[in-house]
Amino acid sequence: MNMDLMTVDNLDFYYGSHRALKAVNMPVVKNAITSLIGPSGCGKTTLLRCFNRMHDLYPGNRYEGAITMRGVNILSKQEDLISLRSRLGMVFQKPTPFPMSVFDNIAYGPRLRKVKNKNILQERVEKALRQAALWDEVKDRLNDNAAGLSGGQQQRLVIARTLAVEPEVILFDESTSALDPISTQKIEELMVELKKDVTILAVTHNMQQAARVSDFTALMYLGELIEYGDTKTIFTRPKHKMTEEYVSGHFG
Amino acid sequence: MKTSKLPNVIFKLLTFGAAICVIVLIVGMLLTLLLESWPALRRFGFFDFLFGRNWNYANQIFGALRPLTGTIISTGLALVMAVPVALGTAVFLVELCPHKLRSGIGTAIELLAAIPSIIYGMWGLFVLAPMLEENFQPLIVGTLGKLPLMGPFFQSHYAGGVNLFTAAVILAIMIIPFIAGIARDAFNQVPPILKESSYGVGATHWETIAQVILPYTKTAVAGGVIIAMGRALGETMAVAYVIGNRHGGLDSIFSPYVTITSVMANEFNEAAGLQMSSLFTLALVLLIANFMVLSLAKYVLRSKFN
Repeated sequence: MNMDLMTVDNLDFYYGSHRALKAVNMPVVKNAITSLIGPSGCGKTTLLRCFNRMHDLYPGNRYEGAITMRGVNILSKQEDLISLRSRLGMVFQKPTPFPMSVFDNIAYGPRLRKVKNKNILQERVEKALRQAALWDEVKDRLNDNAAGLSGGQQQRLVIARTLAVEPEVILFDESTSALDPISTQKIEELMVELKKDVTILAVTHNMQQAARVSDFTALMYLGELIEYGDTKTIFTRPKHKMTEEYVSGHFG
Repeated sequence: MKTSKLPNVIFKLLTFGAAICVIVLIVGMLLTLLLESWPALRRFGFFDFLFGRNWNYANQIFGALRPLTGTIISTGLALVMAVPVALGTAVFLVELCPHKLRSGIGTAIELLAAIPSIIYGMWGLFVLAPMLEENFQPLIVGTLGKLPLMGPFFQSHYAGGVNLFTAAVILAIMIIPFIAGIARDAFNQVPPILKESSYGVGATHWETIAQVILPYTKTAVAGGVIIAMGRALGETMAVAYVIGNRHGGLDSIFSPYVTITSVMANEFNEAAGLQMSSLFTLALVLLIANFMVLSLAKYVLRSKFN
């Protein structure tokens, strides 16, 4: 039983006068992993960054159309971006630990929400680290600087930091591209595990990854959504010739 | 192949000679300072000179305590005033300023750094000093000056506006562009995705600046502050114009006073004998202070990469 958490309706996005997304329509299914694939420059990261309004940090960017979540267009001017971004967490291409201890990294989000009680913070940190499958590796070094963790651990730390604010959605922006195969595998397992709690939208260059972990896949090309469907269909019986060529590695 | 060797050798000797020049100059300067300060050092001893209260021509007793105190207090006050303003400027330029204004304000700050210090001195003497005396001084005298114990230190005993406080304000204005420039460059180096990570968990602009950007850049900013401190310690002309040059005890920040550099600038013309030697010893003290500050900056900046 699939339920759509969000729908993208006729979304256009402009960097200044450059139209980077062209009339994109797709659903985002709740408690599932949706992969966005396509060649470099196709607009998949641009689309991902519309969901948490990251584009608003830079001047000259403009949205047209809608992303609807529970009947509300989150692209509207009235949307509270602080609360939106705590509901839709993001994990980036490279690990981005803050220059502080492991504990403080995870407690960062809860503290912004004025959680000051030490016991509650400790519970939240432990829970988030357990969810991110990092607890056993860092429980003895919570007060060490997060920069001392390995790349894979740092990326799981960032996931834990995102989880600590209890988001509904996590946006992964090529989050395993800087990691070795073993760390990548751990993150992939983690994504599948997290599905029961959150909805995941993941940009990836790695076709095998999309096929392995995602339930739904969308192929983008030159700012347009070429095809959206469940992953099995996209990879075995795509409707479009371009999709078939891309997933079989003939272009891109 | 044999013919190509000679130019190489000549080139190597030339560059080697240029490098040696620098070392010869430094050693020469140090030697001059040591030789010239020798009479004063032999007479008073280094530490008795350093902590000597008197600067008395009639009795031929010279000590660095008051100029040293003046230098340290004016520099310290200048940093207290300059650091918040400079950091605020840098944060505004990098994080909050509309793109159209950015280059204009950036250039204005660089120009501020390019103004010769004697112009600061003249402006300080003719504009800033009377302005502070009329508008700012009464405010402090009426508030902090009324406090028990430390009150007298904020009272006004001399007219004219040339005093330790005015010197500190001039110094602050002069070092703001240095700190702001270094801080701006440091803030620009923060990876965008690090800031986005902070916004990504729902942080506001202010929270991101205070909790991610400032901690991430703290070593570079500290290095900038220390370099500015070195500049404030050695600044001469602007300070000589507005410090007031009074070799008395320090009774208030609104009293005329001396710094190491102002004493040197004012007295070299007429000095001879032991006084001249004492001025050279002051120069030696300043050089040592600056060397210590520079070493501290190097140490702080290096620890970033370890």
